[in-house]
Amino acid sequence: MRSDATFIGIEVADAVAGDEQLAAKLEEVCPVDIFASEGGISIVESNIDECILCGMCITASDGAVTVHKLYSGETLQATS
Amino acid sequence: MSILIDAETTFIVQGITGREAVNLTRECLDYGAGAKVVGGVTPGRLGREVHGVPVFDTVLQAVEHHGGPIYGSVVTVPPAFTKDAVFEAIENGIKLIVIVTERIPRRDVAQMVELATLRGARIIGPNCLGIIVPDVIKMGGIGGPAKDAAKSYSKGSIGVISRSGGMTTEMSSTLSAAGLGISTAVSIGGDAIIGSTYAELMPLFEADEETKGIVIYTEPGGRMEAELARWKTENDSRLPIVAFMAGKFMDEMPGMSFGHAGTIVEGKEDTATEKIARLEAAGITVAEEISQIPELMKERLV
Amino acid sequence: MRFFEFEAREIVKRAGIPVTDFGFVTEAEEARAIAERIGGPTVIKSQVLTGGRMKAGGVKFADTPDEAVAHAADILALEINGHMPRGVLVDPKAEVAQEFYAGVVWDGIRKQPVMIFSPVGGIDIEQVAEEQPDKVGRQHFSNILPLSEFQAKQVVAATGVTGSDLNKLVPIITRLARLFVENDMTLAEINPLGKLEDGSFVALDAHMDMENEARGRHRQLLADLGVGDDETRQAREPTEFELAGEAVDNASHRGVAGNVTEFDGNLGLVIGAGGGSLTLFDAVRKYGGRPANYSEIGGNPSVEKAKGLAKLVLSKPGVDKIAVMMSIVSNTRVDIVARGVIAACLELGMDPAEKISIFRIPGAWEEEGFKILEKYGVRYADRTTSLHEAAKLAVEAL
Repeated sequence: MRSDATFIGIEVADAVAGDEQLAAKLEEVCPVDIFASEGGISIVESNIDECILCGMCITASDGAVTVHKLYSGETLQATS
Repeated sequence: MSILIDAETTFIVQGITGREAVNLTRECLDYGAGAKVVGGVTPGRLGREVHGVPVFDTVLQAVEHHGGPIYGSVVTVPPAFTKDAVFEAIENGIKLIVIVTERIPRRDVAQMVELATLRGARIIGPNCLGIIVPDVIKMGGIGGPAKDAAKSYSKGSIGVISRSGGMTTEMSSTLSAAGLGISTAVSIGGDAIIGSTYAELMPLFEADEETKGIVIYTEPGGRMEAELARWKTENDSRLPIVAFMAGKFMDEMPGMSFGHAGTIVEGKEDTATEKIARLEAAGITVAEEISQIPELMKERLV
Repeated sequence: MRFFEFEAREIVKRAGIPVTDFGFVTEAEEARAIAERIGGPTVIKSQVLTGGRMKAGGVKFADTPDEAVAHAADILALEINGHMPRGVLVDPKAEVAQEFYAGVVWDGIRKQPVMIFSPVGGIDIEQVAEEQPDKVGRQHFSNILPLSEFQAKQVVAATGVTGSDLNKLVPIITRLARLFVENDMTLAEINPLGKLEDGSFVALDAHMDMENEARGRHRQLLADLGVGDDETRQAREPTEFELAGEAVDNASHRGVAGNVTEFDGNLGLVIGAGGGSLTLFDAVRKYGGRPANYSEIGGNPSVEKAKGLAKLVLSKPGVDKIAVMMSIVSNTRVDIVARGVIAACLELGMDPAEKISIFRIPGAWEEEGFKILEKYGVRYADRTTSLHEAAKLAVEAL
């Protein structure tokens, strides 16, 4: 699934979209509450543009989450 | 050489597990030679670690763990608890306390400053970004992450003292870009009562062989600039001083508060115009714009 | 924050300093009962936060309860320096033998509070200090050593006051000093402190300012006095625009969008931080610009907060463009502010390239910020453009 705001787009691999454990983990690690856990991974659209490009979601999901920088066409690389 | 801190300075971070403290701890560890952050204190979090720095419940535990006196502390504890944290630091032998916290009632600040004076300790701040010796060490969030700080602060012989954290970096960047690097930059804080004023830091710069000139950032309100002018007149200082004053527009709007807590214009004596006149009368050059500072300083340097 | 006279008098009374038997009323007819209780000539005083009451006709003498009511009605309707009164004070007209001055303020250089005393009261103390310096005594006192009466005794004796006056004044000055410290005041002044015909002292007027940062420590007192949480008590009441600015700031704890102050020009300013804002405001005016507002962004504001402020300023009637400028930032993120101000334009159906006169914020995450600004065609400058140059460019683009 993919949800694009104005500056940032969040993409979650379909294979893991229903993973409740991953959903809970993502909800915990994201500092700006982009992810919610609701019978699987849920993206809180109103928070997407607050993304601080920390990459913690990418790390926590082993790359199942992709963060798109809509203003440059780049995707975020995980830092840790 | 530098003032206040150097490569050997040991310090703790009080309130280390807070969001801002976690950030600045990382920055201080990364900057220059890597600061000797020997511990952090957050009551109740003994045993944790922040970027490899051990966390303790008390300053005393940190001192015992270090096995000897710890020189400094960066305090980020919220305003309701800052006084207690600073008292704790002072009473456990800490000699240099950088208070980052803002919005502390001045009664508390006055108490902290008085106790520090009684015990031979020095406070920088509150409501400040700390101290930086380019390429060597920083104590506080000043300049931001290491690579950002490197862009703004090159090593040199100009001492910088500023009541505004952001302007410390702005002026230092302008100086560095013009080939005039910084010996030590101190963000002294924007409140009405602070631990160390310009005049109180001048003797330290005077005694620092590396420092050849001083640049200060000032605002209307308060009498610290008058104090500096008086110091300059009464002391045979070798250091030329160039000042920049922001907020001149406030002369036309008395009683309104802008900038920092100390920047309320109350009487004729505190207006920007009067202050500038007083500084100039004492032989301090006042720049119209920040971009003029390097040229003015170059002219004044022997 | 400032207290009204009637509140300041109450604070003084609670500290154990004698005050007159005054009454505070908000309806003219209520003055009658107070005047009758006082049973003699009265003074009706407007309760406003500004000075110049006497000159504006906000202080009147009444010989009878009828007159008291009439004056109260007049004064309750009288605007002074843009302020409408909260109510009026009905005060007994005292038979004063001599007026004194007593005050406590902070000395930012000595970093201690200082008691100020003079046997020449009733006029501006600064004037007395200039014209009769030997009649003004000053005594600093410690914040960590216990306050003791001898300190008040010294300050009074220094002005030549002796005898039973000295002995009566000492506890009053001491209590004033104590109340100053305990209530986190930035100013505690009794002027005039009147000596009555019978030799006793009474506070005839009181002026108190409490430090804003300390309000949270005095909730009970403020509640007792009826001071609302939302009352800012600054030199002038905030405008709607300014209140909206405060709302943007209060909406979240992430970063600061503060000190939003209204002016009437056409260039909106989304600027920071504190020192940078002052510098930029000066610079804009220097180059002939007319600011629509002042602001101080700082800390690490969220996209939402930056957007909220930009939208507020962009929507202000008369604003042609906004300038987004800050001194070099360490913990504010350039890319986050860029997102916020661009989103503000987009949500208002405006073109960011057209509405943002210039974007000058060097520092943390600037490379990322520049990518965003380039995408939307917004003119931006890096640190090689000084604050003054940026302001000049902003003004010239209008």
